[in-house]
Amino acid sequence: MKLIVCIKQVPDTTEVKLDPKTGTLIRDGVPSIINPDDRAALEVALKMKDANLGTTVTVICMGPKQADAAVREALAMGADSAIIVSDRAFAGSDTWATANVISSAIQKIMDYDLVFCGRQAIDGDTAQVGPQIAERLNIPQVTYARSVKVLGDSRYEVCRELDDEQQIVEVTGPALITVVHGLEPIRYPDFRRIFQAYSGVFEVLNWSQEELKIDANKIGLKSSPTNVKCTFPPELRKSGIRLEGTNEEMVKQLFDNMLGEHILKRRA
Amino acid sequence: MSIDIKLCKDVWVFIEIKDKKIENTSLELLGVGKMLAADLKQKLCAVVLGKDVTQYTSLLFSFGADVVYNCEHELLETYTTDAFTNVLDEIVKEKKPDIFLFGATNVGRDLAPRLAARLNTGLTADCTALSIDPESRLLQQTRPAFGGNIMATIINPTHRPQMATVRPGVMNKIDPKECYGIVENYPVKLPAENLRVQIKKIIKNISKNVNLVDADIIVSGGRGLGGPEGFELIQQLANALGGVVGASRAAVDSGWISNDHQVGQTGKTVKPMIYIACGISGAIQHQAGMTGSKCIIAINKNPDCSMMKIANYALCGDLYDIIPLMVKTIQEQNITK
Repeated sequence: MKLIVCIKQVPDTTEVKLDPKTGTLIRDGVPSIINPDDRAALEVALKMKDANLGTTVTVICMGPKQADAAVREALAMGADSAIIVSDRAFAGSDTWATANVISSAIQKIMDYDLVFCGRQAIDGDTAQVGPQIAERLNIPQVTYARSVKVLGDSRYEVCRELDDEQQIVEVTGPALITVVHGLEPIRYPDFRRIFQAYSGVFEVLNWSQEELKIDANKIGLKSSPTNVKCTFPPELRKSGIRLEGTNEEMVKQLFDNMLGEHILKRRA
Repeated sequence: MSIDIKLCKDVWVFIEIKDKKIENTSLELLGVGKMLAADLKQKLCAVVLGKDVTQYTSLLFSFGADVVYNCEHELLETYTTDAFTNVLDEIVKEKKPDIFLFGATNVGRDLAPRLAARLNTGLTADCTALSIDPESRLLQQTRPAFGGNIMATIINPTHRPQMATVRPGVMNKIDPKECYGIVENYPVKLPAENLRVQIKKIIKNISKNVNLVDADIIVSGGRGLGGPEGFELIQQLANALGGVVGASRAAVDSGWISNDHQVGQTGKTVKPMIYIACGISGAIQHQAGMTGSKCIIAINKNPDCSMMKIANYALCGDLYDIIPLMVKTIQEQNITK
């Protein structure tokens, strides 16, 4: 089988802070990581590779040149080859334009059985690019996946984890699957492969707009249907009352206040 | 081909049916859709796909819909991406709505991006506020980004419909009143071979019945609990007040409690009467899910953490001492909600 995994390099948003003076994000010194759901998608593909001889995993990463680090990590985890899709002309792409770029890279690869994406990226949390790539490729999509079983004859059984139910679905490839992290353990990069990933053992291609032959009106900030009109810090609540005294005194004041405000009442 | 803007009118809401019931989120969308439609002087239209869908029509009118489009078909009984995208693509291209709203649920987040790509229009995910710009008459779609660290307002000036998914639990339903409107039954052609994914089995997850979104009182625990046993104490306080148990991401990631209790950016958005945050420092991601609460009570050892700053009542101290005192007071004084 030929498997493709789309990964994104993202800032670790738990480390991002807001500059209280300017209202902008402080991104300096924030570590870049492989998006957690994408890492889980890679793990699902690598498990299929482990279990099925002759299976290859190709990683596609759209982003600036620094995305190289994410790609090398994916190779060290077990991917066979990688493509970095990078061009100034792609900058500012919304999810529609991003899906156009990534799907044109997948079309250039041509021969594939399954495409994997993470459910969503932690910087935007949109969960849109996966389904939008599937639509561009005109292949079925299965979102919120946890695991995939190979049934043979290009058929796959996918386990989906939804809010209040689990679904077992069957799909015939080629298909696109988006994976949710936090459900299955994910492997660490292999020590030997880390070295190999940086020493030219694996193929890493760089594709720009020219290689993809994609129209300028399908990519970048200008062609994106959605525009950011403005950004602003989230509104904070006004401070309330700090209760003072011993624990007993604080608890008494708390309930006296809440009873007084009729937020709570005494049972009749 | 994209759709001509000048021909587009009306605000549409996708109505999600689950187990023969309209999802609460869909009624919330009708609430916000009503205001948008009023500002634009356009109609609010509910689109229902399913089997035996006429049973929902009167309820949709009572929650604000002016028009209900019923799309009836055997193959629409259970949601599948292909069936729902095919039907909505056809009806949107024919009727040309100006705005189309979806709940940011599992279904909405699977369907809306696929449909938006097919229609070649923009889509804004997980909005927490929607309004109409009085000058441009564009839909202003506000959403948190970077894990809730910043809010962004997104517009789609040149493509139609303007599509958005909206976070469940954020918008308000209108008070239902008896109302009538226009019903249109939209004919559905849906060859079974067009459905490329077959659902083999659905396993309902009965343990995941924590109803945070509808709770009046939520008692939440975070990293400050120090371990899973802390949630026994949290549960006692919740029981005493007739509330439910919530949790921060830190507590869920530590494996102390299951993720269906999680409140915040990656969990549920809640707006109860009373939110009691125990040992939760109040990371922006957590605040994103609970700042709509009427009254916030914070119990924390650290007087300077964010949660203590935004709380209506801040109690500085050890939650393992304070919570038992609260439970005792509630019981002794017969306090209730």
